[in-house]
Amino acid sequence: MTDPTLSGWGRLPAPGIELLGEDLPRLARGARLFRGLGRSYGDSSLPGDGVDRVIGTRLANRIIWFDTETGVLRAEAGVCLRDLNVTFIHRGWFTPVTPGTQFVTLGGMVASDVHGKNHHVSGCFGSHVRALRICLASGDIVSCSPTEHADLFWGSVGGMGLLGHILEVEVQLQRIPSSWIQMESERLGSLGEFLSAIQEAAAQWPMTVGWIDLAASGKSRGRGLLNKGRWALPTEAPDRPPTLKKEKRLPIDLPNFALNPLTIRAFNAAYYWKQLRKKSLGVVSWEPFFYPLDAILDWNRGYGKRGFVQYQCVLPRASGIEGMQALVERLAKLRGISPVTVIKDCGAQGQGTLSFPMQGMSLAVDMPVNAGIQSLTDQLNDLVIGLGGRIYLSKDRFTRADHFKAMEPRLPAFLELRQKWDPQRRLRSAQSVRLFGDSNKESER
Amino acid sequence: MKIVILGATRGMGRALAQQAAARGDELFLLGNEVDELPRSAADAHARSARQGSTIGFALCDLERPEGFGPALDSATAHLGKIDAVIVTAALFATQDKLEADPEFARRLLTVNFANTVVFCEDVRKRLLAAGGGTLVVFSSVAGDRGRKPVAIYGASKAGLSHYLESIDHKFHAQGLSVVTIKPGFIKTGMTAGLKPPPFAGEPEKVAAEVLRAMDRGTPVLYTPAPWRWVMFIIKRLPRFVMRKINF
Repeated sequence: MTDPTLSGWGRLPAPGIELLGEDLPRLARGARLFRGLGRSYGDSSLPGDGVDRVIGTRLANRIIWFDTETGVLRAEAGVCLRDLNVTFIHRGWFTPVTPGTQFVTLGGMVASDVHGKNHHVSGCFGSHVRALRICLASGDIVSCSPTEHADLFWGSVGGMGLLGHILEVEVQLQRIPSSWIQMESERLGSLGEFLSAIQEAAAQWPMTVGWIDLAASGKSRGRGLLNKGRWALPTEAPDRPPTLKKEKRLPIDLPNFALNPLTIRAFNAAYYWKQLRKKSLGVVSWEPFFYPLDAILDWNRGYGKRGFVQYQCVLPRASGIEGMQALVERLAKLRGISPVTVIKDCGAQGQGTLSFPMQGMSLAVDMPVNAGIQSLTDQLNDLVIGLGGRIYLSKDRFTRADHFKAMEPRLPAFLELRQKWDPQRRLRSAQSVRLFGDSNKESER
Repeated sequence: MKIVILGATRGMGRALAQQAAARGDELFLLGNEVDELPRSAADAHARSARQGSTIGFALCDLERPEGFGPALDSATAHLGKIDAVIVTAALFATQDKLEADPEFARRLLTVNFANTVVFCEDVRKRLLAAGGGTLVVFSSVAGDRGRKPVAIYGASKAGLSHYLESIDHKFHAQGLSVVTIKPGFIKTGMTAGLKPPPFAGEPEKVAAEVLRAMDRGTPVLYTPAPWRWVMFIIKRLPRFVMRKINF
């Protein structure tokens, strides 16, 4: 085996191998980091300083039990969300919270405390988790929940797998009336209109998400499409269950130049005008509604070999529409434009010690990696810190430690938890080395 | 269908049990790990499209042929009639390890060839006595041609493939359908730590292909599919080339 490398979804490689196995409790002993399906964009799932391997959990994919009356599910951490979706949707149950891809593991959903289109009503995934089984750095296996070792539980929710290795997850699924979505899509001509519309929609729709066009110039900058949805009632839905999409792949890496300002501008304009009517209503299948990007399995190859990251931040409500406008202007000025820029209004902050969302507005933009990526990230972080916002660790690769410290007042609380549950800081990722200063020396203490 | 799976707790056996349960098959799981069997049965139960059905299981270890009969008896008692038996269980190690550890090499040859054949003989007789059925056995592309990296493991699978082909010839007319699975590289616990070659398969996709082959009675399935053509060429390479390359 020569020069093995691993990478996150953004395809920036780092040295290391992924050891796969079914027996997580055995593999967890002595392990430094667990990795699910590697869908975090940056270095969250990559081995840290002085570590050459991570444990891949995806073969630990058994359901332990499912209560058909209450909808409570307990499963091994490597179970894939798509597996749960196809197993339970036709029985009338769905994950309480889903991220924008279904190729994630349950353990990863907890570690990132993922959020979705329903964040403004349902919060993050962690607030529906009832219990975890965790292997600590010491090798001891403990159960935790909001009532048992609550600090370990809430520290692990959004804790990026750094307090202990997640072996099992128990979660309350959500009852759904059909497997179809009643959706309304609205075209909005400016950022101002868009931002007020998404906040208004939150009161009437349990699921909202928007896409905006940062490539357009002038008054049109930030125009976009706002998607609103709710589960369709049996009377509104077709009688048959939706058919599953056939897998499509991107068979090759596109050349680096394939996505350039011109093609991005064209893509955005086409996307904006795909809907000619101001408002369109309809019933759609759950798959394209929740997971439009999963339609092409390896879409990350579209950025070419250079790789990419996503910059996702949330701005507090107090920073207002002006805050988001300032961020959008800054992005456009720095040419941080991307084919897909996603905006979501968030509900209240969850209980996870480092959980990402807070009451306010979140923005996510893909950025190809080039010579300017560090300076671009720094400038965006400066602005976000000024506005009282913060970034999402699961997307990040380039934030500096001092920036993270400045935007994250909860960091000392998290480091205290690490001191308690992993005093030697054995558990680590490339990201924790970068942001929390885990170095080889400390582990030898 | 009423299906017995030997090797059901891990790897391909697990993936097959999950998918067969999801499509409504009745299952009986066999394996050699006493703690894992009930967990795998619970998993298949939770996924089962048949509400209220229970998934049976029993210990069965390919290193203990005396247990084959009783294990298949319990499967018959649980399912009533057996339509198909799938064998995924086997031992694996790299050629380097097998050369360094003759005792493990002996165990591997016994389990993968002699004892698997003995198990299949028992299954064959039961299926034929009940009027026919399907026997699905995981052999390997490693058994198709003598090759440097799989001299011992490949020999065990070559013998197995040979046996499976023969009983297909002999008993097909009497209602026995034999499906020989020849996997290339699949990303399971068995291959953990090895570098995946091109065309490496995911267990879920391979399982779906195996179930389709079982339903249709396909005699030989290469999976993932490109391995059929890879092996087509490898089987035809002259000896002086095989001596040079490390494939």
